Amino acid sequence: MPTFTLRVFRGDPTRGEFKDYRVEAEEGMVVLDVIHRLQATQATDLAVRWNCKAGKCGSCSAEIDGQPRLMCMTRMDLFAEGEPITVAPIRAFPLIRDLVTDVAFNFEKAKTIPPLRLKPPEPDGTYRMMQEDIDRIQEFHKCIECFLCQDVCHVMRDHEENKPAFAGPRFFIKLASLEMHPLDTRDRTAFGRTTAGVGLCNITKCCTEVCPEGIHITDNAIIPLKERVADSLDPIVWLLRKFRSQKTQPV
Amino acid sequence: MANVDYETHEHDVVVIGAGGAGLRAAIEAAAQGVSVGLICKSLLGKAHTVMAEGGIAAALGNVWPEDTWQVHFRDTMRGGKMLNNWRMAQLHAQEAPERVLELERWGALFDRTKDGRILQRDFGGHRYARLAHVGDRTGLEMIRTLQYHGIHQGIDVYMECTIARLLKDGERVSGAVGYWRPHGKVVLFKAKAVVLATGGIGKAWKITSNSWEYTGDGHALALWAGADLIDMEFVQFHPTGMVWPPSVRGILVTEGVRGDGGMLKNNKGERFMFNYIPEFFKGETADNEDEADRWYDDKKSNRRTPDLLPRDEVARAINAEMKAGRGSPHGGVYLDIASRRPADYIRRRLPSMYHQFKELAGVDITKEPMEVGPTCHYVMGGVRVDADSTAATVPGLFAAGEVAGGMHGSNRLGGNSLSDLLVFGRRAGLHAALYAKDFGGPLTVDAGQVEAVAREVLEPFSRAGGENPYAIQADLQETMQNLVGLIRSERELKEALRTIETLKARAKRVRAEGARTYNPGWHTALDLRSLLAVAECCAMAALERKESRGGHTRDDHPYTDDQWGRVNVVLRLRDGALQLSREPLPEMPAELRALFQERK
Repeated sequence: MPTFTLRVFRGDPTRGEFKDYRVEAEEGMVVLDVIHRLQATQATDLAVRWNCKAGKCGSCSAEIDGQPRLMCMTRMDLFAEGEPITVAPIRAFPLIRDLVTDVAFNFEKAKTIPPLRLKPPEPDGTYRMMQEDIDRIQEFHKCIECFLCQDVCHVMRDHEENKPAFAGPRFFIKLASLEMHPLDTRDRTAFGRTTAGVGLCNITKCCTEVCPEGIHITDNAIIPLKERVADSLDPIVWLLRKFRSQKTQPV
Repeated sequence: MANVDYETHEHDVVVIGAGGAGLRAAIEAAAQGVSVGLICKSLLGKAHTVMAEGGIAAALGNVWPEDTWQVHFRDTMRGGKMLNNWRMAQLHAQEAPERVLELERWGALFDRTKDGRILQRDFGGHRYARLAHVGDRTGLEMIRTLQYHGIHQGIDVYMECTIARLLKDGERVSGAVGYWRPHGKVVLFKAKAVVLATGGIGKAWKITSNSWEYTGDGHALALWAGADLIDMEFVQFHPTGMVWPPSVRGILVTEGVRGDGGMLKNNKGERFMFNYIPEFFKGETADNEDEADRWYDDKKSNRRTPDLLPRDEVARAINAEMKAGRGSPHGGVYLDIASRRPADYIRRRLPSMYHQFKELAGVDITKEPMEVGPTCHYVMGGVRVDADSTAATVPGLFAAGEVAGGMHGSNRLGGNSLSDLLVFGRRAGLHAALYAKDFGGPLTVDAGQVEAVAREVLEPFSRAGGENPYAIQADLQETMQNLVGLIRSERELKEALRTIETLKARAKRVRAEGARTYNPGWHTALDLRSLLAVAECCAMAALERKESRGGHTRDDHPYTDDQWGRVNVVLRLRDGALQLSREPLPEMPAELRALFQERK
């Protein structure tokens, strides 16, 4: 059985350091398995968040050798046996302890997004939606809220001062999913421009790269949002939309 | 002794658990205008509901207009081998369609039919294609929809908070005490009504689809508060969990694979399910491959494939094939969808299964079969409730979802859990709110009770040299896996009960290292109390029921016995001791009984 050196961050907001542990890994194991083995045998109080262990809940986000990843979907056979594997908490949020951070920021931002405002039903009382009209939004609904996109977004990662007026990629796809929802009647362009700060994003696509669900965050959500925000400032487009009294079609 | 400082919150209704049932309960209670607190052990949106894959069962009749609540009711009762609380099964079948449409009005986007309605898929034990779904990530859609609807309803959400005990004022419930997982401080919730929505007990087994959270907290809280538990012997082993590599053993493979055309095969390539069709389902099950294959497209003139028998039947069949030496190399059987469906169909219908096998097992399910085997998945047993109000036998206590017993009888059909969460979650929230509004007299909490719980919670820190909590948990999981598993016997169940006694003694000496800040070792030490309580209940009830039915198979009593079909095994705690009794099932009215005579 191969033995790995795991270099795990241990500590709290007041002090912390990377500690090396030697752990055995069996065939097919992922980083989270090895962390659990460590916890059961060498460090019972090692703080880590996890739930499903199958890439569905988005709880076990961490920075593994500097890459934002889910621990449960990162196989040990990615790594060479001799080199230490660094496991650190995600950096964009305040540390609680070891690998666990305080992600309350995201739950606060979630509350600010204006919810769905439902249009009236069809004459027969039902709501009809065609599959091709919801394919794009279903892609956004795949989000598991691991917040890796938030972690890697340099608007927040390196600029704490941007956080109050910036919602981050996770909430841009939430915003886009509502804006493109066939049953929604609300206009969120002003919200997107001001409160959510869509304009601060400069399309480096870091969020798209780390998304474990493969959501095209930048191309399919953020760029269309930016276009809507820009259109809403253009008086001619604004008048046209008013005249047609409908939302612009998603790109 | 550590200090017993604690913070206090007060609500009309406190909901414990924020999966589908808890969220739906909280939303409904808030809609009644009472103050609501929603408490969850994990972050919001991470509860087990998020992992549900295949769909929500509801007789919408979008694909098969013949489908009605009566057919759904009948399927549910037959799937549960008639041990279900008939009134719960009726309410569930009647109300599920409206609950699904309500989710759509709150923003959920289910896969569509060609005419723009909600598409429905086939699943085990359901006569018609009945499951509203979103690919194979239906639970994610459901919990996100409830979560994002819920955060605008004025509900106070308490995340990463574990409840250790319920409080009583005389006979009635008056609140709950727990601790914050991030910083370890003790917290009191005063409440007129408490809704349990804590899910199941699957973490007591070694091979399980359940996460760390599933430690039977609600079952144990109810038991300790004096409430009745029923049907605790009935545990569902989902027939298809991953078996390889070892680290992913038990992770769920959705029944949707079989619903969409997947076939079970042994190492000889035989579709062995045709050899395991029980008498009870013979009339409605195809007995040859041609008819089974035709059934996917023509349900009127063909009987359904045995690959979609209820889960208990399929799990036992897989187990028998494995024992007979006809299993796959890693101790499972084969599940093959690649030879029936094209690759793009599989990737579109089952994207997360494709991803999961590709990433974790290096298997391309569009080209090769999966290896699968039974995994502990769900407990049918739980808190005994009134069907209409979800009220437990202790005043002020309500229960909904997996923690409640009765709805699914001895075996749950796939897809009936998500609908159960919505139907009874809503009912729990409604009736808890009504109870709170009618609440008479002052809401009093005995500080002595609170301090006693606080001391109990902090005790593991004071035991230098005590045992490692993970070692005790692993030994319990091994015991339940080997002795209280899919196939049981008197000798093994008695051995399990003896082992649980020694584990309980060891758990009293368990230690927590380090400090209170986000300390999983400490949390595991505390979860052992509920885990051991539910394990004992399960083993006791399993020893009592001397027959085989649904999620309870006895090697020494292999047949289903009509006498046992009339009773629930009930457990309650009196003067510190578990009492067990057999109590008659509620009697089904004649007009519903008639539904079972119409068609074989």
